[in-house]
Amino acid sequence: MTFLDSDTRPRTADGPVLKLSNVHQVYGTGDAAVHALRGIDLEVAQGDYVAIMGPSGSGKSTMMNVLGCLDVASSGTYTLAGNDVSTLDENALARIRNEQVGFIFQSFNLVPRMSAIANVELPLVYGRVGKAERRRRAQEALEMVGLGDRSEHQPQELSGGQQQRVAIARALVTSPTLVLADEPTGNLDSTSTDEILGMFDLLAEDGRTIVVITHEDHVAEQAHRVLTISDGLIVTDRTTARKARR
Amino acid sequence: MSFIEILLSAFKGLTANKLRSALTLLGVMIGVASVILLLAVGNGSAQQVDSAISKLGTNTLTVRPTAAQGGSSSSGSSSTKVITRDVANQLGSAGLGHVSAVIPQVTSSLNVASSTISETAISVIGTTPGYFSVGTNTVGSGAAFTQADVTSSAKVAVIGQTIATELFPRSSALGQSISVSGTTFTVSGILSQQSSTGFTDPNSVVIAPISRVQDSFTGYGAVSTLTVLAKSSAGVTAAQGEVTIMLNQLLGVTDPTTEPFTIVNQSSLLATAATSAASFTVLLGAVAAISLLVGGIGVTNVMLVTVTERTREIGIRKALGATRGAILGQFLAEAATLTLLGGVLGVAVALIGAQFQINGTQPVILGYSIPLALGVSVAIGVFFGVYPAGRAAAMRPIQALRAV
Repeated sequence: MTFLDSDTRPRTADGPVLKLSNVHQVYGTGDAAVHALRGIDLEVAQGDYVAIMGPSGSGKSTMMNVLGCLDVASSGTYTLAGNDVSTLDENALARIRNEQVGFIFQSFNLVPRMSAIANVELPLVYGRVGKAERRRRAQEALEMVGLGDRSEHQPQELSGGQQQRVAIARALVTSPTLVLADEPTGNLDSTSTDEILGMFDLLAEDGRTIVVITHEDHVAEQAHRVLTISDGLIVTDRTTARKARR
Repeated sequence: MSFIEILLSAFKGLTANKLRSALTLLGVMIGVASVILLLAVGNGSAQQVDSAISKLGTNTLTVRPTAAQGGSSSSGSSSTKVITRDVANQLGSAGLGHVSAVIPQVTSSLNVASSTISETAISVIGTTPGYFSVGTNTVGSGAAFTQADVTSSAKVAVIGQTIATELFPRSSALGQSISVSGTTFTVSGILSQQSSTGFTDPNSVVIAPISRVQDSFTGYGAVSTLTVLAKSSAGVTAAQGEVTIMLNQLLGVTDPTTEPFTIVNQSSLLATAATSAASFTVLLGAVAAISLLVGGIGVTNVMLVTVTERTREIGIRKALGATRGAILGQFLAEAATLTLLGGVLGVAVALIGAQFQINGTQPVILGYSIPLALGVSVAIGVFFGVYPAGRAAAMRPIQALRAV
């Protein structure tokens, strides 16, 4: 499989792709307030492959929501590919998600009753890409993940690993700045896990910026850089052996 | 997305739960069908009334004596205030500009019999030959009686078709003798088929020269009706004025409020009937509109369930970059597609239903009611879909994604 297709190459940007400074996230008010993030400072460079680890309740899901522009931080700034997204309104955030972020979820999150190719086309539909162009790019993305011959299958006709590959194709089809994966192998058996992690390796080699949220060590060890979050703060930040090898 | 794509994807969404969509669609279908059909029934009955009245002739006036003004302190004697045949003749020969004929009628309800069969309480009308030129009172077979028959009080009669077949079930009634309360008449003609305008059968009637009927049955007092033929439909109102003045003169009436007669103008009757038919149609339409409203509430209900069921899908779509507007549009399109389908089926049902008589009325579909009902059904989809679609659009992506 090749990831070198020009259409799906990431955009290049100067400086860090992600930059968070003093990001706080507070849910609720007064005594009931929950401080999910308590001052996150983070820079991720173009082409980096980062794993974010932490026990449940540590704030890593909140991190994922903020990084993916699904939620806006209570305070602090978040710059994604040079755009300050911490002040954007709902529609502008939707557009950032559409153009800059490719999501890969634990439970695949394909839309039921829509064929694999229709699922992959979906971000392009919201990005107002023409029909023929959409179909061509979606088919290419599916071929990239080795499912070119399954494009008309419905999600329920595909195995878990295959569904996750469709989700990866969907995440890549818009050539996003950031590929954001939330426990991507959490619902997969070990064979499919290896398959998906292998795919992430190729994406990383291809120069894509990847952030993986996980609580599994062996998934994190695939990344080049591992952050550990605890109580809403980054407590460790280290490069892995794989990074050193490169 | 193109319009077709939106429709297709909306249709796909609806097929997710076929039974539920079908039941909702049924509600809209019944609403739309009943709107179209009931309006058609109202329209059909209005047309029926219209044609019945126009058959009476739009250039006729009907003069009826009102109940006797008992003991009024009027100057003349009461006998001068009655419309007799004599008054009718004077009115007819007064040379009124807009009046072409005055046809007096006396009526009585009598026993009529052939040699073997007897019928009771048959309407016997005594009139002049002019009667057969009013509206549809034409002689179907045989001949009407003549002015000479009136002059000579001849015992001839024209009978209605019901009487003809009842008295002479096996042979033609023409030339036969019938006995009317003991007086023998010869049947000279049979009326053409008359369509019913009310509760009485207009085909169950015996029509004879007025002189003979007065001689034998009613006496020479007041006539029961004067039919005045105007020279043209446009001149009916003018004729009414002339007749009123002339009759008041002939009867010696000085105070117009005590006129011993009323004049019914067929065109004013037509206007009244049209008004009542229109309000009937509105009433039927309102009842049908309520059923359409109920169907619409069903759409809201089912869309709310759909939105709840598909919360996760909404979350996925939002994560992939769907804006509020895109989600709103998607669910509105689904609701509108649902009601449009219901509307199309409803139109089909109404078109089929209109082929049948409903309660004796042949429905006549109003041309505008079909596009109206279809438009309204789409509007209902949008109106009743706004709330559920708005709920979907307002969902926050992280919460929607968390849904099971």
